[in-house]
Amino acid sequence: MDFSQFSHIFWSVPTNEVPAADWWIDVLRAFVRILVPVFFVLLLVPPLVWFERRLLGFMQQRQGPNRVGPEGIVQTIADGVKLLMKEDIIPSNVDRTLYVLAPIIMLIPALVTAGVLPWHPSLVWGAGAPNVDIGVLYLLAWSSLAVYGVVMAGWASNNKYALLGGLRSSAQMISYELGMGIAVVTVVLISGALSVRDIVFDQSAYGWIKDAAHTTAHHAAYTWGIVHKPWLGFLNPWHVAQFFPMGFVAAFIYVVAMLAETNRSPFDLPEAETELVAGYHTEYTSMKFAMFFMGEYANMVVVSAIAATLFFGGWTTPIAQLDQWDNTAVGWIIPAAMISAKIGLGLYFFVWIRATLPRIRYDMLMSFGWKGIFPIALGNLFCVAVSLTAGYWAGLAVWIVLAVGALLIVANLDSTKRFTEKTRRRSVLGLYASAQPFQMPLVKTSNGAPPVDGRTAAEELVK
Amino acid sequence: MVTVAPTPGDYLPLLILILMGAFIAVLLVALSWILGPKQPSVEKLSPYECGVTPVGTARDRFPIKFYLIAMLFILFDIETVFLYPWAILYRNNAYLSRGFLLGEMTVFIAILFVGYIYIWKKGALDWE
Repeated sequence: MDFSQFSHIFWSVPTNEVPAADWWIDVLRAFVRILVPVFFVLLLVPPLVWFERRLLGFMQQRQGPNRVGPEGIVQTIADGVKLLMKEDIIPSNVDRTLYVLAPIIMLIPALVTAGVLPWHPSLVWGAGAPNVDIGVLYLLAWSSLAVYGVVMAGWASNNKYALLGGLRSSAQMISYELGMGIAVVTVVLISGALSVRDIVFDQSAYGWIKDAAHTTAHHAAYTWGIVHKPWLGFLNPWHVAQFFPMGFVAAFIYVVAMLAETNRSPFDLPEAETELVAGYHTEYTSMKFAMFFMGEYANMVVVSAIAATLFFGGWTTPIAQLDQWDNTAVGWIIPAAMISAKIGLGLYFFVWIRATLPRIRYDMLMSFGWKGIFPIALGNLFCVAVSLTAGYWAGLAVWIVLAVGALLIVANLDSTKRFTEKTRRRSVLGLYASAQPFQMPLVKTSNGAPPVDGRTAAEELVK
Repeated sequence: MVTVAPTPGDYLPLLILILMGAFIAVLLVALSWILGPKQPSVEKLSPYECGVTPVGTARDRFPIKFYLIAMLFILFDIETVFLYPWAILYRNNAYLSRGFLLGEMTVFIAILFVGYIYIWKKGALDWE
C-alpha cells in the first residue's frame, strides 16, 4: 500500500536522494556508510569495559579503575596493548584449526550485525545498508552464529572446563534463541515489515498515520493521526507500548533473552569462576582471549542496539510529534543522539543487572527458558495476531484468559507439589510416631534390682 | 517516508562489512602471533587443570541431555522460522482473510504445542 499521500502531514525527512552515479562511487559510498556501525561498535568496547568496572565499583561502594588516565579511562586500552604483546600459547593436543578459528568466528558476528541498524531516517546514509528489505533476517542470522564460536572453542581446547563451559553455553544460547525469535516475530507482526528501516518508521508518527490509513471508516476522528493504538500506544508509537501488555511482554522477553544470549549476569553460567574457571575460553591467552572479551562486549552493544531499534523506537524521540527533522545539522544530530542514548541506557541496564542479581542455577536457567520464556512468547504472539484481526479488546481478553489459565495451571502444579510434599512429610512423621519410643537399655545393678531410672543406673555403673 | 525497492547494490555494504569484519578479526590474531614472544615449555603447553597434572582425556563423554536440547531446539526453531513469512503475509495481503490465516497458524502451532506438552511431561526439559 502506498502511504506517501500522508507523508506531508508529519513527515518531512531528509532522504538525500543522490543521483545515480558510476559504480565506483557506489562502492566508495558503501565504504563510507559502513564506517559508522563498525567504528561505533569497535570504539565503544574499551570505554564500555571501563564504564562497567567503574559503575560496578560505585555500586559496590569502591573506586574501580581510576589510575590510568583521567578517571582510569585508558585502563582498558592499556590492558589491550598488554594482551597484544603477550605470548600466544597454543597448547598441545588442541585441534589447531578450530582453536584459531573460534575467536575469529566469535568476533565477526559482533562487528557485522550492526550493519543494518539505522541511526537516521535517510535512505542513503541512515545505516550501513539502509535499504535492505530483509534486515530482521540478517540480524537473526548473524546473532545466532556466535554459538559456533563457543562450541568450537569448547571442543577444540582439549580441556574439561572448556568442554563443559562450551556445552553449557551453547545449550543456554540456543534455548533462549527460541524466545528471542518469537519476540522478534511479534515485532514483525505489529509493524508488518522485515526491513529494519520500516520497523523504525512504524514506531514514529508515521506508524500512527499508517494505522489511520488502514481503518479509513473513521477518518474524521483521526486528528493528529493518533488512532487505533489503545492505552500506552495512544501516547507513544514505540512497539514496547503497543497493544499494551503484549508489546511490553515481547520487549521483556527480548531483554531477558539478550542477557542470556550474551552470557551476561544473571545468566553468566558458562563463566562461573567457582565451577568452570573461565568456561569455554579457559585455554585462550593473549589476543585470542581478548577477542572473546571484545566479542562479548561488542555483542552487548549490538543487542542493546537491536532492542532499542525493534522495541524502543530506534532514532525516534519519545514524543513522536517532534520527529520532523529537515536536512539541517539538528536534523542529523538528534536522531543519532536518540539511538546512542537508548544504546547507552541498555548498556547501563546490563551493568545494573549484574550488580543486582545473583547468578541462577543451571536447571533453573534451562527450565526458565523452555517452560517460561518460550510458551509465554508464543501465547503473546497469538494475542497480537488476535488483536490485529478482531480488535485490541478481543486480543486483550484472550491475553487475560491465557494469563489466568497459565497462572491457574502453575498454581495447581505448585499446590500439587506442596500437597505431595506434605503427605510425604506426614508419612515420615507418622513412621516416627508409630515407632517405639527410645528406651534406656536395662542395666544390671550390683544388688540385682532393676534401676528406677537412667540416672540411677548410671550412678550404679559409676559405683 | 520514501520507499525505494532495494537493488543488489544496496546489499554491497553488507558484503564489504563482512569482509572488513573478517579482516579485522584475522588481523588481530596475526598481530598477536607476530608481536608476542614464543618460549614454549612442556608445562606451559599442557591443558589447565588448576595446576595439577591432567587426568584422563578431555574429549570425554558428556551428558546426552545437551544433544536432546539441541534436537528440540531445531524442531522449535523451524517452527519460529515458519512464523516469519506468516507474519509478513498476515499484515500485507489482499487475497486471504486474516481469520483464515490466524486459524491456519493456530492449527500449526497447536499440533506443535501438543508435542511440546508431551516432551514436558516426558521430562525432556528437566535437569536433575
